[in-house]
Amino acid sequence: MEELANLFHGFAVALQPYNIMLMIIGITLGVIIGVLPGLGGANGVAILLPLTFSMPPTSAIIMLSCIYWGALFGGAITSILFNIPGEPWSVATTFDGYPMAQQGRPGEALTAAFTSSFVGALFAVIMITLVAPLVAGFALRFGPAEKFAVYFLAFCSFVGLSKEPPFKTIAAMMMGFALAAVGLDSITGQLRLTFGVTELLNGFDFLIAVIGLFGIGEILLTMEEGLAFRGGNATINLRVVLQTWRELPAYWMTSLRSCLIGCWMGVTPAGATPASFMSYGIAKRLARRGNNFGKGEIEGVIAPETAAHAAGTSALLPMLSLGVPGSPTAAVLLGGLLIWGLQPGPMLFVEQKEFVWGLIASMYLGNLAGLLVVLTCVPIFAAILRVPFGIIAPLILVLCAIGAYSVHNSTFDVMLMLVFGVLGYLLKKCNYPLAPLVLAIVLGDKAEEAFRQSLLGSQGSLGVFFSNGLVSTIMALGLVALFWSAIQEGYSRLRTSMA
Amino acid sequence: MKPSVLSVALAAIAMSCANSTASRAAWEPVRPVEFIVPAGTGGGADQMARTIQGIVTKHNLMKQPLVVINKAGGAGGEGFLDVKTSSGNPHKIIITLSNLFTTPLATGIPFNWKDLTPVAMLALDEFVLWVNAEKPYSSVKDYVDAAKKAPSGSFKMGGTGSKQEDQIITVGIEKAVDTKFTYIPYKGGGEVAVQLVGNHVDSTVNNPIEAVAQWRGGKLRPLCVFDAQPMAYDEPIAEGKAWKDIPTCKSQGLAMEYLMLRGIFMSPKATKDQVEYYVELFKKVRATPEWQDFMKSGAFNTTFMTGADYAKWVEAEEKRHEGLMKEAGFLASGN
Repeated sequence: MEELANLFHGFAVALQPYNIMLMIIGITLGVIIGVLPGLGGANGVAILLPLTFSMPPTSAIIMLSCIYWGALFGGAITSILFNIPGEPWSVATTFDGYPMAQQGRPGEALTAAFTSSFVGALFAVIMITLVAPLVAGFALRFGPAEKFAVYFLAFCSFVGLSKEPPFKTIAAMMMGFALAAVGLDSITGQLRLTFGVTELLNGFDFLIAVIGLFGIGEILLTMEEGLAFRGGNATINLRVVLQTWRELPAYWMTSLRSCLIGCWMGVTPAGATPASFMSYGIAKRLARRGNNFGKGEIEGVIAPETAAHAAGTSALLPMLSLGVPGSPTAAVLLGGLLIWGLQPGPMLFVEQKEFVWGLIASMYLGNLAGLLVVLTCVPIFAAILRVPFGIIAPLILVLCAIGAYSVHNSTFDVMLMLVFGVLGYLLKKCNYPLAPLVLAIVLGDKAEEAFRQSLLGSQGSLGVFFSNGLVSTIMALGLVALFWSAIQEGYSRLRTSMA
Repeated sequence: MKPSVLSVALAAIAMSCANSTASRAAWEPVRPVEFIVPAGTGGGADQMARTIQGIVTKHNLMKQPLVVINKAGGAGGEGFLDVKTSSGNPHKIIITLSNLFTTPLATGIPFNWKDLTPVAMLALDEFVLWVNAEKPYSSVKDYVDAAKKAPSGSFKMGGTGSKQEDQIITVGIEKAVDTKFTYIPYKGGGEVAVQLVGNHVDSTVNNPIEAVAQWRGGKLRPLCVFDAQPMAYDEPIAEGKAWKDIPTCKSQGLAMEYLMLRGIFMSPKATKDQVEYYVELFKKVRATPEWQDFMKSGAFNTTFMTGADYAKWVEAEEKRHEGLMKEAGFLASGN
């Protein structure tokens, strides 16, 4: 029970008025950062890091981690309202969140998203509190082969999701892989597919592609369809929060599953983005109304948001206990720790108790504060949809352009975003699904890297992906997910022939 | 952020007045200075840049803000090209790591350090040979014997990036002891250290700051440092051993030396006054206790150089990299 005593001590630290003030400032800044596409949590934290050097480390990390929570919450807002993911991990939220908003249920979707985020985070923090040392060791078992297996599982649980013809899905996914291959090949150190164009050194950044494909593409579509936002007739008051809350407990199974996926992906450390995609894919398969996914199903909002927040939170665990950041934002926080003179790693939990438990306590409080802040703002956010399209569309364009620019401070990226916008529009017109393309861009190069690292280690033998219990299990799960529909069909045929 | 034509004109007039009347006023930034990091957030160069930014802010060392910007694309090529194309813009400085040499050599992008104006060497980063603490080898000799005994190619060295400093050192070790490793490139130094803790690779050449936590946690063991003399820090870190107690690789029969530049360059065509301003700034940064703590935590070699000395050092180092990379077959075709 020493942990509990430490935790309560942590609460005492986090509840000092100075720290509470920092918490609220952090959450508010974080929500703003999350809403601006492109200006992600990692950039936000990096920009504000120097401000915290004069604070005590515990206060500094409380404020910075609250920016992180705020960004996690805020990412959902533009995804749901405008189909523009503010953060990579909220791409999956757009799949059902945006249709819900179009049907005039933005309040419901936002409430579901915020509440699920909170549930996911809470679950992850409780896990960190209770089983931190146990779970931390687990991450050590993840070499390249295990990492590839996780990405493989993420792809497999997502393949076949779309109702489009499978070949269109594959075509979209391959296009994503091709885009992901551009830039520096991290295994050989050579440039690929840049054709001597120095702007392409970086490859195609996932965020720019997403802002273009979703945000700009959507504006083009709306313009074609008569310059009107559907969903402007949304009922807007705080009662919608309570109504949605009454509905949510029915989906406890999805939440629990998403929490587990999220924690697992956060700790391993694959990160929040694959977690949200995987959770959405699995929920679609297993939910009773799975066929309705993509048409505005509340479960399709709950699943990715819960998983993303659970992963985002648990990603801090490997950072603290091993010094491996589970997400880009965690990487920046890690840099901060070093600058404050704290050495993350196995000894941090022993030597810096006040710091670690102050941080964990602030995770509880920060998320609670975050939930309250964003929920009270639900009607305001939802009311944005009532603004006439003619006013809001230029604002969104500006927002997208700022977002694309801020990813690498490059005007080339703004052009690129517009190109992706046209591409997104064309693909939608031709009924090519965007989700597989996006998934391939975001995970393609990571999966490739892990795959080639594994093969380097095994000297070219594919057996490395079935070389131990852990990696075999994940690969087998992936294969099952891939052939799930075939398995299901075979099973039902077997049943009918038996009968 | 761009100054208007008017303000430039005014500044020019002011400058010319100052030149004609008083003895030349020293240059000072008139707008925010961009501090480019040609590497990702959270890495060694990024940490150093952000530490400097924090020190500058805390001690009010500059009148204009210093803004850190990561341009990591193409193994840092993006950052170097950005500064190269900002000729005559004194509000842009860049912190370098070894990719100053390795990236243009390996990828063939049109860049050479001579395109930039050298400002100062801030420090040199050390490299240490690490193994998992569970492994039986406690000296370089045990390690080399084990590597030689293992079937060819089955002994795995983990490192950051491809055809960059870690792989250059690996090739150096291979040459020195006449054996073959399989080099596995990862994205960041922290990840490499953890892969070693998890026994997914057999050894690494992490910088001290990347692996010190695992050493203190009893997970990793340092065998030797790739420097001409042992590191200077004698405060005990783990098992009663200090950085100072790690022998040099050369003394252990592994003839390989490698230090990584942590230096500052600025955009082309900078005037003497402008360079002087940044040199003075970094002198002030180096004098702060925060900087000294940072140096200690990363066991850095604190050599400081400016002007012609610095340029000479960089030039020699470039030659050396060219030689090392040519031998290793890392040069891009056409180079």
